[in-house]
Order: sequence, then structure tokens, then C-alpha cells
Amino acid sequence: MVRDSLILAQRTVTKMVRNPEQFIDVTVQPIIMTVLFVYIFGGAVAGNSSDYLPFVLPGIIVQTIMFTSLTIGVNLNTDIQKGVFDRFRSLPIARSAPLLGAVSGDIVRHVIAITVTLVFGTIIGFRFGTDPGSVIAAVLLMVVFAVSLCWVSVLIGMLARSSGAVQGLSFLIVFPLTFGSSTFVPASTLPEWLQGWVAINPVTHVIEMMRGLLSGPSFMAEGTTIGGEVVWVLASCVVLVAVFFPLATWAYRKKI
Amino acid sequence: MTLAIEAHGLTKRYGSTQALAGIDLEVQEGRVLGVLGPNGAGKTTAVRILATLLTPDAGSARVAGFDVVKQASEVRRSIGLTGQYASVDEDLTGVENLVMIGRLLGLSRAAAKQRTAELLEEFDLTDAGKRLTKTYSGGMRRRLDLAASLIGRPSVVYLDEPTTGLDPGKRDDVWDMVRALVAKGTTVLLTTQYLEEADALANEITVIDHGRIIAHDTPQALKRQLGGQTLEVRPLESSDLPRVRELLARVGTREPEQPAPDLLSVPVSDDDALTRVVSELAAEGIGVSELSLRLPSLDEVFYSLTGQAHDAESTTLEGAAL
Repeated sequence: MVRDSLILAQRTVTKMVRNPEQFIDVTVQPIIMTVLFVYIFGGAVAGNSSDYLPFVLPGIIVQTIMFTSLTIGVNLNTDIQKGVFDRFRSLPIARSAPLLGAVSGDIVRHVIAITVTLVFGTIIGFRFGTDPGSVIAAVLLMVVFAVSLCWVSVLIGMLARSSGAVQGLSFLIVFPLTFGSSTFVPASTLPEWLQGWVAINPVTHVIEMMRGLLSGPSFMAEGTTIGGEVVWVLASCVVLVAVFFPLATWAYRKKI
Repeated sequence: MTLAIEAHGLTKRYGSTQALAGIDLEVQEGRVLGVLGPNGAGKTTAVRILATLLTPDAGSARVAGFDVVKQASEVRRSIGLTGQYASVDEDLTGVENLVMIGRLLGLSRAAAKQRTAELLEEFDLTDAGKRLTKTYSGGMRRRLDLAASLIGRPSVVYLDEPTTGLDPGKRDDVWDMVRALVAKGTTVLLTTQYLEEADALANEITVIDHGRIIAHDTPQALKRQLGGQTLEVRPLESSDLPRVRELLARVGTREPEQPAPDLLSVPVSDDDALTRVVSELAAEGIGVSELSLRLPSLDEVFYSLTGQAHDAESTTLEGAAL
């Protein structure tokens, strides 16, 4: 199963390289988001843009990863309509191998998104407030979260009738998750009822973890620790995979 | 004699549509079965069950000795599938498509490359192998698709409407490839909408409609049952139509029909029907602009077998199910 998935992951990567427009959302988009938030909202939220940068950059990485994780459903939905998957299904390989191949091939996109955001952030003045080990851990944990979240999108991609519907549904999920968190403003500034949602939103914990690992623990919300947030994030990943991997595989089998 | 495909009482329902209402199929090793039927008859559903892509609601099937439900993995090792839509990856080259499938079938990289080179050569795609398949013509895609289904040297090959949408020259190419396949001892199940195609390739023909088998025989016997071939005459002057109708009624096995405003057709079974018609037309001094002898169309097959014209709008399930 691992070998077959790797062969199919290679297919995903080859297809990406042949369609470079697929990289726009992991290259241009995070740069635009960074410029937008740092220079437009920076002054209002943090007094000036350079103080806002270490706070918001980890958030922009998380937001970008949320969006890139959820495009896989759109791609798979289109792919399946073309008939290649019929061929895969008639081969003696694990039924989940084509899905595993697509998800693991997408790691390339996640790594590019994180790298582009970090490099661009550094150019406009972001400085790591931690050690290289923490930065590497941040990237790895971010990829683990992305791969886990992908299964939600795969499930939507299998259930929706058209790739347009997948896109619409995905946005419905991404917006409350990313904006209803501490991505752009400290949670303490929000009304109380919203703080309740922010506290249980797994994305909040991913963001706090990334702030701690990239900018330093002083940028994290009060009462949170890096270790505690890592546990939260890994637990969310386990739940996401445990629930959505079987559901996505089931939906894929059902999809004729 | 060993059966390569053996299906009993296959049924499949999608919502309120009965796609298969209990069909039996048997194909001996190394033989070609043609499954003939209109869109929505259940051909594709039957192939998808036999290829383990769908599970039947009832009934059972064995392919190459393995049960399609309980031993799906073994069945997949023995079959090759070429669908109605050439299922090749457009963003990969011909070589990449075939090597990927070879590797998924368990071949090493080197073995997959070697098998790919052999197949591209065999299907006259060697030069196109390095190009992205999105640049291929329809005929080239079909050939690559067929090559892809043969990488694992399957003993049973399903060809689901392999020539639908191809122009006649390309269709002949596909026919030659199918004949070459059969010459090597492969068992073939071919679905088609054309009696001509089934007649050209199959040892036996099963006609299905609305998920049921309505006829099963050798092409020769089926053609005899259908009244052999169809004779068509288009007189130069439409005022001659009544005389031509009378004349055709004498040689035909049924009352002549008028498929177009100034065209008459009639099924004939005698070998000398055409000569008789020619000489009688000459004797009566009737000029014709068209005179032809052809195999019956699917509509005529259905008319002969069921006594009623086929309801073309009945279902478009096959399209929808994909």
C-alpha cells in the first residue's frame, strides 16, 4: 500500500509541475495576505506594522495551509470525473491508495506555502524568536496538521457533485475556522460568546503553537504553553484522521 | 471447455431504475462475446460488475475462475478494462501513463519501462510516447487506453464500446488490435451499439435491452433470425416510390419501411435479392440515386427481436451512472 501510494503521489507531483497555476495559491496568495494584513491592519491592531508582524505571520501560515489543504477535494473531484480513477479501481491495489497518493503528493504544496510565507516575512522584517529546532518542529507539525485536515476536503470532494460545490463547501468551513480564532487579533479582544468558540476551535491552538515555535512564547495567548498546544494539535490531528480517513475512503468506494 | 466469464442472474438497481434485471453470461476461454444494446441497456453496468467496480445486488459471477465479489483482488489481476471514455491521465505523457500502471501492477521500474516500450511499439505510439496525452487525437487515446489495459498481460479483457465516437478508419484500427489480442488467446467481452462491430469481432452475440437478455446466438444465426441484411433503394423520382415499394415487397422478408422521405428499405434473406432488384428496376425503367445492402441497424435489430421500435428515450442511465 505504501509503495502504491508513493507511485501515485509521484503522479500528483508531476501533474502539479505540469500545471504551474496550481502553485498560485501557495506562492502569490500568502504574499498578498501578508502585505494586506501587516500593512493595512497592523497599525490598527498592534499600533504599528512591525509589532504586528511576529503576531500575525504564524497566523497567515496557518490560514494559507487551511486553504491549500481544502483544495485537494476540488482537484480530486475533477480528477475522478475524467475516468482515470476507474483504471485505478480496476487494478489490484488498495482502494485507499489513490487517495493516500493525492494527499501525500500535496505535502509539496504545503511545504512551499510555509517556506514562501516565512521567506517573504523575513524579507519584510520578521525575525525568528526561537531556535532552529523549534522552527523545524513548527514546519513539521504544520504539515502533519495539513495532511490530517486534507481528509475533510477529500470527503467533501467525494460527496459533492461538482468541483464548484466542493469549493463553496470548503470556504464555508475555512472562514469560521480561521477568522473565528486568534489568527488576526488576540482572542481577549473578542466578545465573550465568540471567545467560547475560539477556545475550542482547533485552529486557535495551531496558531498559538506556531506563534510559540516561530516568534517565541511571549507572543502566545495568556495561559498557554508550547507543550500544551502541541498536545492539543496532535490530538486534533488524531481525531481528524480517525474520523475523516475512514469516511473519505468509504465515500470513495461508494462513488461510482 | 473452461469458462473465462460466467455470470448468473446479475441484477443491479439504481434508485428506481433497474439497470440489470437478471442476466446470465458465459464466455469460453479465448473467445469473444459481443454484448449488443442501446444506451442505457445495462451493458456498462454489467462490465463494471465483472470488472469489480460495482457489486451486484443479486446474482454471482466468476472471472478467470475467481468470484468477482469475494476474490475481487484476484479478478483484478486477471483483467484489463478499456472504458467508454479513454481513461488516461491527460497531464502525463503516454510513457508515464503506462509506466505508472505497470508499477502499480507490481512491476519494477525497469520491467515497467520495457513493457511500456513493447506496447507503444505494438500500438504504433512510440513517437507519441513522450508527448502529453492531452495532445493526442481521439484514436491515439483509445489506443493508449487499450495498451494500458494490457500491461499486466490479462487473460480477460473488457472493451466497453471501444469504437464509439471514432471515425471509420480509426475504428478499423481498433478492430485489428482486437483481432490481434484474440489471436494471442485472450478472452474478450466487447460491448457495442453496432451489429456490424459485433458481427466483425464476436464469436457469439448477446443482445440486451432494459437490463434483460433478449437474444443470444452466433452472429450467423442472429443475422438469419433478423432477416439477414437490409436493402435500401432511393428512386430518382419520388413518383416511383409506390412501384419501388411493390417491387421490394416481393423480395423482402417484411413490408418495406420508409426511413426517410424518399428512401425505402426492406430486410432480405436471399443471397440473390440484390441482383433480382437490380434487374427488375431496369426492366421497369426506374432510375435510382442510391441502392445499397447493409447489416441491420440496432433499431432494426430491436424491431425484429421485439416487434416494436426501441424507445430511444427510455433511459440514459449509463451516462448518468458514470
